[in-house]
Amino acid sequence: MRAIEINGLEKTYTVGFLRKKERQALKPFQLAVESGEIFGYLGPNGAGKTTTLKILMGLIFPTAGSAKILDFDMWDMRVKAQIGFLPEQPYFYDYLTAGELLDYLAQLSGVPARDRKRKIDEMLARVGMSGAKNLQLRKFSKGMLQRVGIAQAIVHDPKIVFLDEPMSGLDPIGRREVADLIRGLKDEGKTVFFSTHILSDAEALCDRVAVIHEGMLRGVGVVADLVSRVQGKSEVIWQGQAALNSVTALGGECRISGDLVRAVIPEEKIDAALEVLRRSNARLISVNPIRSTLEDYFVEQIGGIARKEAAS
Amino acid sequence: MISRVSSIAFNTFREAVRDRVLYNLILFAVLISGSALLLGQISIEIERLFLINMGLTAISLFGVVIAIFIGIALVSKEIDKRTLYAILSRPVRRWEFILGKYLGLVGTLTVNAGLMAFGFFAALLYLSQRSYQGFQKADAHILVALYFILLQFVLITALALLFSSFSSPILSAVLSFALFVVGTFAEDIRAAAIMAGGTVGQMLKTIAYLVPNLGSLNVVASVAHGEPVSGALVWHNTLYVVLYSAAVILLAVLIFDRRNFK
Repeated sequence: MRAIEINGLEKTYTVGFLRKKERQALKPFQLAVESGEIFGYLGPNGAGKTTTLKILMGLIFPTAGSAKILDFDMWDMRVKAQIGFLPEQPYFYDYLTAGELLDYLAQLSGVPARDRKRKIDEMLARVGMSGAKNLQLRKFSKGMLQRVGIAQAIVHDPKIVFLDEPMSGLDPIGRREVADLIRGLKDEGKTVFFSTHILSDAEALCDRVAVIHEGMLRGVGVVADLVSRVQGKSEVIWQGQAALNSVTALGGECRISGDLVRAVIPEEKIDAALEVLRRSNARLISVNPIRSTLEDYFVEQIGGIARKEAAS
Repeated sequence: MISRVSSIAFNTFREAVRDRVLYNLILFAVLISGSALLLGQISIEIERLFLINMGLTAISLFGVVIAIFIGIALVSKEIDKRTLYAILSRPVRRWEFILGKYLGLVGTLTVNAGLMAFGFFAALLYLSQRSYQGFQKADAHILVALYFILLQFVLITALALLFSSFSSPILSAVLSFALFVVGTFAEDIRAAAIMAGGTVGQMLKTIAYLVPNLGSLNVVASVAHGEPVSGALVWHNTLYVVLYSAAVILLAVLIFDRRNFK
């Protein structure tokens, strides 16, 4: 069963008062997310990530198209009990304590009273906030709010968790903890759909990613495949600067760092470069093929379309 | 469904209870009731009349102020601060949210009115004991006046919530106060419509029937003079407020149901 199936979702806003103009925030697109995967929804700020999430959460209405979540229409109330949502830069009732907030939201999700206390304690412990259970949210830092936000998204044990920029506002340790938490959700068999513009987070966590830019879905791919693509170049590292000019003459892009030289050399010139190094008695440290990163894919998707648009 | 509505209502009540401004307003209303004792000492005859008039008017006005100021922010604050997102992404229908918020504020106002009425009755008891008269039979009518004040809160809250569902807090406050003022003179507008006649009269008549008739909910003056309030008026006002508020809440739900939370 697919966790999420988007069929031609589209959102157009009317802007302006006297001179009304239409602005297409989301162009029609198809997307399917499989159960149990961590799916990254990537795009720069203003790309349409939050708009997509808000449509799926029922906070805004699509102009056209539909979506299914766990095989139910997205407007079906039965879906809502099985999903959790962390909004971008979450803000919660600051007059409540963390415990009260989770209790209130768990009630709304239909968690029985007999289970609530245990679940709340478990969730707060899971996000490292047990000590703040009786503290009012107005005294929380941004990072603490983000953790409580994650706790409220999973307190009712949902099957799918939607996280909008879950790492924003967190320090490196906080980001690592959230990443571990997301992996933990996957281990429990949950589907995680999270939006981010931090590509390193997506590369480290996601099974698959989709790239969205200017409201248009640019591409979908398996992260493992995308980052294993060889670019036709290798990085050669050696000690000493004896062969520097000869390698540069072969088309190598050299950078000196201390007594080490790092050169990016086209695949077909590698043998010649190694021969030059051998003849110069340079001490070879390593030779590694250069693989694509998620950032390369991201830039490729966004840049590729921009080039096509410019050409047309 | 009931548990979700009651959870939202309880949280709304909890929010109001934890707001210090509310206590200041209640204290101020009670102080005004108490000060009526001092002002009324100009003449022993009018002391009681003064206390009832001033005390009930203070409860009514401060209650309306609380109803409007909390009511106008009920929904708009949830949208602005995005607290709504965590609610509507759960199995909560939009009408359940609106109804919960409404009932929570009505509950808050009922408790507030009870606290203010307690202060008022304490002042009345003090006065009654000082004049060796004790509570009089006619004082029972004060309870009816208080009930009507509560009905007024129910109506004003519904209107504030309606405006809050589509406009900014400032505009909501202006619209709510305007309707409160116009509604207070609804019966005068009706009288003016009869006198004016023609198109203007018809327009005035339409306005008079559209705005809430708050005039008929104000029996403070007659109660202060010990005049009874008819049972028919109690039933009529109750039915009127229930139906009018239901229509206003329905309109708020219809607007809120179509909103995009950008």
